Amino acid sequence: MEELKRFLIFSFCSEPETLGNLQWLSCYLTTIKHSELYKSVFVVLLLLAITAPVSLMFGFGGAMAARSRIWVINGFGRLYIAIVRGVPDIAFFMFFVIALDQALEWLRHHTLCPDWSDAIWQGNDFVVCPEAKMPLSAASQWVHNSYSFALAILTFSIVFGAFAANVLFGAMRAVPGAQIETADAYGMTRRQTFWRIIVPQMWVYALPGLSNLWMILIKATPLLFLLGIEDIVYWARELGGSKTAKFTSYPHGDLRMWYFLALLVFYLAFTRISEIVLDRLMARLTFGQAITGGDSQRAGKT
Amino acid sequence: MKKLLLTTAAFALTASLGFSDVIRMGTEGAYPPYNFINDKGEVDGFERELGDELCKRAALTCEWITNDWDTIIPNLVSGNYDTIIAGMSITAERDEVIDFTNSYTQPDPSAYLALSADVDLAGGVIAAQSNTIQAAHIASTGGATLVEFPTPEETISAVRNGEADAVLADKTYLSPIAAENTDLVFAGDDIMLGGGVGMGIRESDSELKTKFSAAIDSMKADGSLNALIVKWEIGATF
Repeated sequence: MEELKRFLIFSFCSEPETLGNLQWLSCYLTTIKHSELYKSVFVVLLLLAITAPVSLMFGFGGAMAARSRIWVINGFGRLYIAIVRGVPDIAFFMFFVIALDQALEWLRHHTLCPDWSDAIWQGNDFVVCPEAKMPLSAASQWVHNSYSFALAILTFSIVFGAFAANVLFGAMRAVPGAQIETADAYGMTRRQTFWRIIVPQMWVYALPGLSNLWMILIKATPLLFLLGIEDIVYWARELGGSKTAKFTSYPHGDLRMWYFLALLVFYLAFTRISEIVLDRLMARLTFGQAITGGDSQRAGKT
Repeated sequence: MKKLLLTTAAFALTASLGFSDVIRMGTEGAYPPYNFINDKGEVDGFERELGDELCKRAALTCEWITNDWDTIIPNLVSGNYDTIIAGMSITAERDEVIDFTNSYTQPDPSAYLALSADVDLAGGVIAAQSNTIQAAHIASTGGATLVEFPTPEETISAVRNGEADAVLADKTYLSPIAAENTDLVFAGDDIMLGGGVGMGIRESDSELKTKFSAAIDSMKADGSLNALIVKWEIGATF
C-alpha cells in the first residue's frame, strides 16, 4: 500500500475500501493500470494515422503496376491484388507476421553468424544465434513493442493496400475517355496524361471506395491483439474482468459490459467524425468536376 | 532523418551487446494467484515472485512478457520469449512439444465451481479454459459436454450466466473466487490432474532448463519455495 501511494493522483485514494461510489470510481479510473488503457487508445490512433497513408501508397503503387504495359510489373500488380484480397485477414495476420519475422531472423542469422553450426529448425524450435534475434533479447521493452508495432503497420498496409489498389485501379479507368483523348490530341505522352489528367481527376471516383476502406480499417484495429500488441480490446477485457479483493485494492464484479460499451461509443464517435470529414472532402473534390455532383454544385452557385 | 535512424540503430545494437543473457519470461497475466496484472499494470503473483528469485539464483537478467494463453507455446518455440511461467501443468502431451523444468508446485487438485452444489457434473455442460488439462480431461471422459473459453475469466462468467453448469479449473484459482462470491460454490469431488506446475523451456535450450531446475531445487532445499507457496496459497507444500 505504501508503495502504491506514490502513484496516486487524488490523495483520498490511499484507502479505496472506505470510499463512496463517486470517489471510488475516480480513484479506480486513475490507477496506473487504467493509464495503460488510455495509452492504448493513442496506440490505435497512431496505427490508423500511419497505416492510412502507407496503405494508400501501397494501393497507388499496386494500381500503377496493374496498369503497366510491362508484363512482369503488370503481373505482379494483379497478383498482389488478387492474392491479398482473397486470403482471410486473420489467416494473413497469423501467417504473414510470423513468416516475416522468421524470414528476417533467418537472413540476419546467415549474415551475422556464418560460423553457427547448429540447425535453425530443431524439431518444433526455431533457433537463431542471439545476435540475429529481431529485436535482440536484451533490447528494452519499448524496442520490442515498436518492432511488433512496425510489423503490424506493415501487415495492415499490405492488406488494405491491396483493396485500395483495386479501388484506385477502377477510379483511374473511370476518368472520362474524352479527357484522355483530348490529352492525346494535345500531344501529351502516356506519362504526362497519367500524372496531369488521370491522377488529379480520379480521386472523386476513388473516394467512396476509399472511405469504405477507412471505415473498415477503423474497425479492424482489434486485430492488433493477434499480433501481441495490447490494444484497447485487450485492456477492456483485462480491466473489466471480475477482480477479487485478495489481488487488488479495487475489487469488483464482471464489468466487461461497461468497458465494451465505452469501446462502442469510442468507435461510433470516431466513425461519425470520419464521415463528416469525408463528406467535406468529397464536396471539395467534386468541385468543378464533370459529374452530377459537380453539376449540382454549379447550379447552386449561379 | 536517415542518419538519426542509423545512429539510433547502432546505439541500440551496442547497448544490447553488453549484457546478452536477458531471459524473457512469458506469462499469461490473467490467472491469480499464479500470475495477474496488478493495479500498477505490472505482472504480479506467485510466479512473479518465484521467477524473480529464480533469476537471481541463476544469475540471469529477466524481463516479463504477457502473452495470450492459446498462443503461449507457439510463441515460445518460435523464440519470442525464452520461458513459459504461467501456471502450466507438466503433461506428457505438452512435453512432446516443449521441455519442462522440475516442478515448483505439488500436483494441484482441480475442482468444479457451480451455482449450486448438486449440479449434474457427469452429464451437464462444463466450462474450461482451452488448451488446459481440465479441458482435456472433460473431452476425454465423455458424458459431460465441454465448452471452451480463451481466458479463465470467461469460464466463470459462463457459469454465472447459465451458459455452463459448472467450471472445472485449478482449485488454487477457484478458491479465492469461491471465498468472495456467495453465489458460487464448489460441487462434486476434487480431481487430481497433471503432474505439478513447471516452467516451459524450448527443447533445444537444455542449458537454460538445467539452470532453472537447479534454482528451483535450491529453493526447495532452503524452504523459500514453501514460504512462497504458503504466502500465495498454492496448494500443498513440498
